[in-house]
Amino acid sequence: MSGRDARAGSPGGYKREYYGGALMLLLGVGAVLQGLDYKVGSLTQMGPGFFPVAFGVILALIGVLIAGTAKRPDGRVAIHDEVAQKVDGPEWRGWICILGGVAAFAILGKWGGLLPATFAITFISALGDRDNSLRSSFILAVALSVISVVIFWWALQVQLPLFTWG
Amino acid sequence: MIAQSLASLWAGFGVALEWHNFMWSFFGVLFGNLVGVLPGMGPLSAISVLLPLTYTMHPVPAILMLAGIFYGSQYGGAIGAILLNLPCHPPHAVTCLDGYPMTQRGKGGTALGIAMMASLFAASVGIILMVFASPLLVNIAFKFGPAELFSIMLLGLLAGGTMSSGAPLKGAAMTVVGLLLGVVGTDVNTGVMRFTFGFTELADGVQLAALALGLFGVTEFLRNVNRLRVTNSNANVRLRDMRPSWAEMKQAFMPIVRGTSVGALFGAMPGTGPTITTIIAYALEKKLSKNPERFGHGALEGVASPEASSHAKIQVDFIPTMSLGIPGDPVMALILGALLIQGIQPGPQLITEHADIFWGLVASFWIGNVLLVLLNVPLIQVWVKVLRLPYRFLFPSALFFIAIGVYSVNNSLFEVGEVLVFGLMGAVFVALDFPVAPVLLGYVLGPMVEENFRRTMLFSHGSMSVFISQPISATFLAISALLILVRIYAAGRAAVHRRRRSGVSRSAV
Repeated sequence: MSGRDARAGSPGGYKREYYGGALMLLLGVGAVLQGLDYKVGSLTQMGPGFFPVAFGVILALIGVLIAGTAKRPDGRVAIHDEVAQKVDGPEWRGWICILGGVAAFAILGKWGGLLPATFAITFISALGDRDNSLRSSFILAVALSVISVVIFWWALQVQLPLFTWG
Repeated sequence: MIAQSLASLWAGFGVALEWHNFMWSFFGVLFGNLVGVLPGMGPLSAISVLLPLTYTMHPVPAILMLAGIFYGSQYGGAIGAILLNLPCHPPHAVTCLDGYPMTQRGKGGTALGIAMMASLFAASVGIILMVFASPLLVNIAFKFGPAELFSIMLLGLLAGGTMSSGAPLKGAAMTVVGLLLGVVGTDVNTGVMRFTFGFTELADGVQLAALALGLFGVTEFLRNVNRLRVTNSNANVRLRDMRPSWAEMKQAFMPIVRGTSVGALFGAMPGTGPTITTIIAYALEKKLSKNPERFGHGALEGVASPEASSHAKIQVDFIPTMSLGIPGDPVMALILGALLIQGIQPGPQLITEHADIFWGLVASFWIGNVLLVLLNVPLIQVWVKVLRLPYRFLFPSALFFIAIGVYSVNNSLFEVGEVLVFGLMGAVFVALDFPVAPVLLGYVLGPMVEENFRRTMLFSHGSMSVFISQPISATFLAISALLILVRIYAAGRAAVHRRRRSGVSRSAV
């Protein structure tokens, strides 16, 4: 369990608690503000805004508690946290490619069709892995495009046309 | 009543063995096993991927398949943990501790064999408990009104948020985030659109598959990309190695029994996650052992007991899910969500009104678990090869299947966009050390919590005292309060302990 002590001792650990608490506070306050737009009502006559506001208040309070107790982080850290979440630097290439790949599917699905969308999501996201070259990503994308056409377009008859424009 | 249960179980076998149902169950088990073996994929992602497929299916095969994926992937996860030291699913982190050292000593096959026996034994005990406990629970559950349902859901949410893994406060925060996500869409009572931000696509609420795949698919990939290093182990398992010797079986027997008891106990408590269960089972074995220093260096008990506990828990978890409609953990929440989409309301009525689903499911557990043993013996060579599948090919392919799967639910590209948003959201939460699994619990229970609270207030004319004046509801609320107090006490003690310890180390320096 040495990983826990190392992390609790590092300034990064505290900072994460503050940011996390602040984010929850922000989300909670946002929910309350938005919820006040709907009718809140009373306990006898609950309006649609009652629960959004209630949840928002609870979330904001928890956020304050998280940030407030950040100086002494809770001792209970599950084992898998230490195994899986070693603190590494940012992985921009991987992150951008994965998110970009999914976005490309959503966009090309509308302005391109199933085939371009399939190719884009696999090709772009594969490039996110440092061990993949342009060539290996291309081969993978072609292979999945073939699978996509055979399984989803031909066999399962997904509603997405192979090629389309809008 | 026992005779009646047995008769129903018999009928259940009839349902589960119907050719159509059996095939889907088999497919689920096989698919779950495969995905469980794949690095970086757990039961949540496995079930989410096939969730869209079930929308067009009949409820019985759909639920049989989803359950099959669940325990199949649990099974597969043990293989990765033992052979490659890769905890694909958090509960298996404990299995790694002793399973991998056994592989290093060339005893990987034995570890797998024992894990398999532990799973089958624990699952059988869990199933028997389910057969006899569920009808009993149903008799009580019929006395539940909206106030009782609200209180037990509150307990489930509290326990799920604070006891799964990670810091309790952060788990609670994630549960509330899930509750807020459950609010999105048209309010059933007034027709007001809430949190739709002008998107008409959100009128029906957030799509369950999109949320699950975003949080457990995309988020996992974002977290693992370029970081998951698969160590190439020399794991070469032959069939012959998988049969443990008599001495080994005798050594593992009591740990299996104890692990099963731990799992069954925790399965009955709503909200306790599988990770905690396995950790406690492991700690118990270590405490009871005559020579605890062997643990961490390939102790057979350290594999047998946690594996048994997690499998017992899976089966027992189905009891509160099916008979009360309270999911024990996020995977159960996902299965509950699938049932709701099928138009089936889990709860006391389920066992009587949908006897085919309930008893068919119980029977399919047994069939599925036996199938797993039969499958894994010949297929172990294949799984070892699958384990070596490079992650760089795996995650782009999985992303494509996620995208097309979510699209095909409602033929909506907007929902693919939802996956993107939830994936990003989950990644931010994970980066800030929040456990994302409770989000799903909150999302599924949220609308039910709101409805039951509103109904209670309608009956009581806005008086909150109704929750403590009714004995059943009061009991659940008391347990919830106790849970919070214990948490605060533990946190306070840990803080004092740490202050004292840091004081000592400072004076030592």
